[in-house]
Amino acid sequence: MTNDMPFWLELIVSALLIVGAFFLIVGSIGLAKLPDMMRRLHGPTKATTLGIGAILVASMIHAGATRGYLSYHELLITLFLFLAAPITAYMIAKAHILCDRATEAELTPTGTDAPWSTLSSTEEEEKAAAEETAERA
Amino acid sequence: MSRILPHPVLTLVITAVWILLVNSFSVGAVLLGLVIGILVPMFTAPYWPGRPRVRHPFKILAYLGIVLWDIVVSNVQVAWLVLFRKGDSLRSRFVTIPLELRSPEAITVLAGTITMTPGTVSADLSACGRALLVHCLETDDPEGTVAQIKDRYERRLMEIFE
Repeated sequence: MTNDMPFWLELIVSALLIVGAFFLIVGSIGLAKLPDMMRRLHGPTKATTLGIGAILVASMIHAGATRGYLSYHELLITLFLFLAAPITAYMIAKAHILCDRATEAELTPTGTDAPWSTLSSTEEEEKAAAEETAERA
Repeated sequence: MSRILPHPVLTLVITAVWILLVNSFSVGAVLLGLVIGILVPMFTAPYWPGRPRVRHPFKILAYLGIVLWDIVVSNVQVAWLVLFRKGDSLRSRFVTIPLELRSPEAITVLAGTITMTPGTVSADLSACGRALLVHCLETDDPEGTVAQIKDRYERRLMEIFE
């Protein structure tokens, strides 16, 4: 089946696979090597973009060259990854900020009157606090 | 119009995703996709209080191009940092990005963009929605990073959404 592919297409597909594999392994190394939670978060969120992206493009070209039609599933995988990866990273970061006092101390101020949403109390608590201060006054 | 198609963009997106899932562009696939694309927004309309307004659809393409290019460039930079620098020597820190964007959809896109471009991860939003907390893997110039994100991404999203 691969005999049907012209040599230059094989070259492009192989190069894309190698580039993708390289960035995936770098993402995993980053996850293992970096010293703290927030820095570790950078590894996997990066691998999904260029690493998976290059492998998906290679898969599309390969399918197009050997089967004669373009496969669109790769576009969907990209779409779902781009939806899922930032939300996952965001939830992990929020959970980490909530649990880790040292990280909480590193946060920069919001620059507005309101605190960061992870650390702000719920509406009922705020209401209760407001009533308490009103009673005192 | 609004009762049958409460969310025309969502209808188009669902239809497109269905056609991609089936992986064939036949009449049957398009029709079934359209049926799903019309039914799903009808039943979920109560859960969509606001409608994102997209002013310049073609600027989305330019935005996508810029983001893709940035992903490639900064992936290489972060790969370099991960492989050749000791983890402790990275000057990582949080920065605050004051937001001019107000529409929730635009802020979501900005936060997602920041996470997907290497070197930065969106970590939190202020309770009032007017500032974004971003973690940078390596920066010695926090103001410069903030200015770059605001100029490169937020300004363009302002043009698209508001």
